Amino acid sequence: MKIRRYPVAVILTISGYFLATLLNVILPQYADIKTKTYRLWILMVNRNDFYRGVVILLAIGLLIKGLISRNDPKRRSKYIKDAPLQFALGIGLFLWDFLGTKTQIFVQPFFPGPAQILESFLQEGGFIFNNTLYSLRLYLFGFLLGAAFGIGTGILIGWFPKVYYWVHPVLHITGIIPAVAWMPFALTLIPTAFWAAVFLIVICVWFPVASVTAQGIAGTPKVLLEAARTLGGNTAYQLFHVAIPNALPQIFSGLSTANAFAFTTLVMAEMMGQPGGLGYYINLAKVWSSYYKVFAAILIMAVLFSLITELLNQIQNRVLRWQKGLLKTEE
Amino acid sequence: MKEETILQINHVDRVYEDGDTRVQALSDVNLKVRRGEFISLIGSSGCGKTTTLRLIAGLDQPQSGEIFLDGEEIRGTDPRRGYVFQQGALFNWLTVEDNIAAGLKARHVYRKNRHRIQEYIDMTGLSGFEKAYPHQISGGMAQRVAIARALVNDPEILLLDEPMGALDSFTRANLQDQLLELQKKKNTTMILVTHDVDEAIYLSDRIVIMTPRPGKIAQIIDVEIPRPRQRGGTEFLMLRRKLLEKFNLASADPQPEYNI
Ligand SMILES: Nc1ncnc2c1ncn2[C@@H]1O[C@H](COP(=O)(O)OP(=O)(O)OP(=O)(O)O)[C@@H](O)[C@H]1O
Ligand SMILES: [Mg+2]
Repeated sequence: MKIRRYPVAVILTISGYFLATLLNVILPQYADIKTKTYRLWILMVNRNDFYRGVVILLAIGLLIKGLISRNDPKRRSKYIKDAPLQFALGIGLFLWDFLGTKTQIFVQPFFPGPAQILESFLQEGGFIFNNTLYSLRLYLFGFLLGAAFGIGTGILIGWFPKVYYWVHPVLHITGIIPAVAWMPFALTLIPTAFWAAVFLIVICVWFPVASVTAQGIAGTPKVLLEAARTLGGNTAYQLFHVAIPNALPQIFSGLSTANAFAFTTLVMAEMMGQPGGLGYYINLAKVWSSYYKVFAAILIMAVLFSLITELLNQIQNRVLRWQKGLLKTEE
Repeated sequence: MKEETILQINHVDRVYEDGDTRVQALSDVNLKVRRGEFISLIGSSGCGKTTTLRLIAGLDQPQSGEIFLDGEEIRGTDPRRGYVFQQGALFNWLTVEDNIAAGLKARHVYRKNRHRIQEYIDMTGLSGFEKAYPHQISGGMAQRVAIARALVNDPEILLLDEPMGALDSFTRANLQDQLLELQKKKNTTMILVTHDVDEAIYLSDRIVIMTPRPGKIAQIIDVEIPRPRQRGGTEFLMLRRKLLEKFNLASADPQPEYNI
């Protein structure tokens, strides 16, 4: 008999999550904690309802993904490959729920269960949302400005030997200092806390981007510039149509590094005196020992940062599509 | 054939100095090239073939002597002097057609001349690969892209530095015929650096033999075999033998690589 692997994989993927939901319904609450009911739009829900809803939505999402990927061989095989892992995640979710919330065998309040973490959103979803927006805005200003400055100075340093001579040492010295070390300085010199934090992120993005951009520009093979010259390209053509496109792979690797730095600096800056943001929210929650809220903020960071990283990767793949098939990684 | 001189090289010297070492790459080089002529430069490694081409291209300056194109002294690069590099030197981030269009775009004449792109793609047999990137095509195709890229600027003279060095003999013969065809169509003057005596005889009106240390022109041989030439023809083989003999005399030690 021929086993139809794909339907099995889809069922396996979602069954873990359904099991977690089912067990959450069936098992009683052994440990003694109060269950509060909140108003969510037109529904009255408690944390368990909300938790089940989220898990079911996740399972439905994976089911839809399974149906969409049905006819794409590449996605299909990836889906089949991921199925056991997804199942294990579902079971893991159940265990976590059981040990964290149901029985509270985990030490409380440090290791809450998933339903308790999600309860933060029922309690103060709007507040969390606003803090997320604050972080996002901070990130966008800091990263985009830093990337623009970094690419700009990198090009100047890489192209003009004079600029290299004078600016490169400055870049080198400031580059090895962690950006947050400038915090007290930034807070006194820059009138608003928001722009002080932007300043720190700009600095931490600027250094890696500028230094790899400079390397990429300076490392342009001479023969390519000579080819451009014999074709009638002036200096501007050689810079903008040869040196910069040739350096783009390096510029993007600088941007990826800078992206990770920016997340770190962002959270640290927020924990050191910002009127908002996820880092600020974590600080606030910590004061009240509301560790489930800390976890909620961490959860959002994980989702937000991976979305941003994924977006950057997508842009990179689009811009560097001429490299496709050239690198070992994509086969 | 018209006897009009297009290129004139007078008493050119080029010395490379690097600390204590001093290399006389070229010493008193003299050459006159007629419009529409096909010239080959041959000689052992390090005899100054690339240096000669770079001086004509304006990528490098002689210490003494002068070079004239159309009676005008050469200063710097000019799209009228096309160059095909030994390593191809394609722009990896551009498709085949964008590589070929690079010269037109660099000179800001793309709008008016965009039809020429397809013309040269067809002429060099690259149809169907317009949207391919350099790493997706073969070495022979990459060299044809490099040739088309130089030709699209409609240069008066095309300088080719061993464009077929890395190709197998079949692809090479193919490309040689395409080169002759292109030259006939546009009457472009061509100077080709090669290590291959057969290639030089098959293509050239004249063959310039160079010798190293210091790099200079040892002899210039007229190739009077009527075209189209037969690679195995009697005249061809006679000239080949004569050339190999002269060449072995001209160079200090016999170079087995020329006795194919
Ligand atoms: N930029 C440079 N700096 C120092 N020496 C150089 C430079 N370019 C060429 N030379 C020297 O000049 C001489 C001639 O070099 P050239 O490249 O013209 O030789 P070639 O005939 O093209 O050799 P090949 O057949 O190997 O390409 C060589 O001895 C080489 O070492
Ligand atoms: Mg050479």
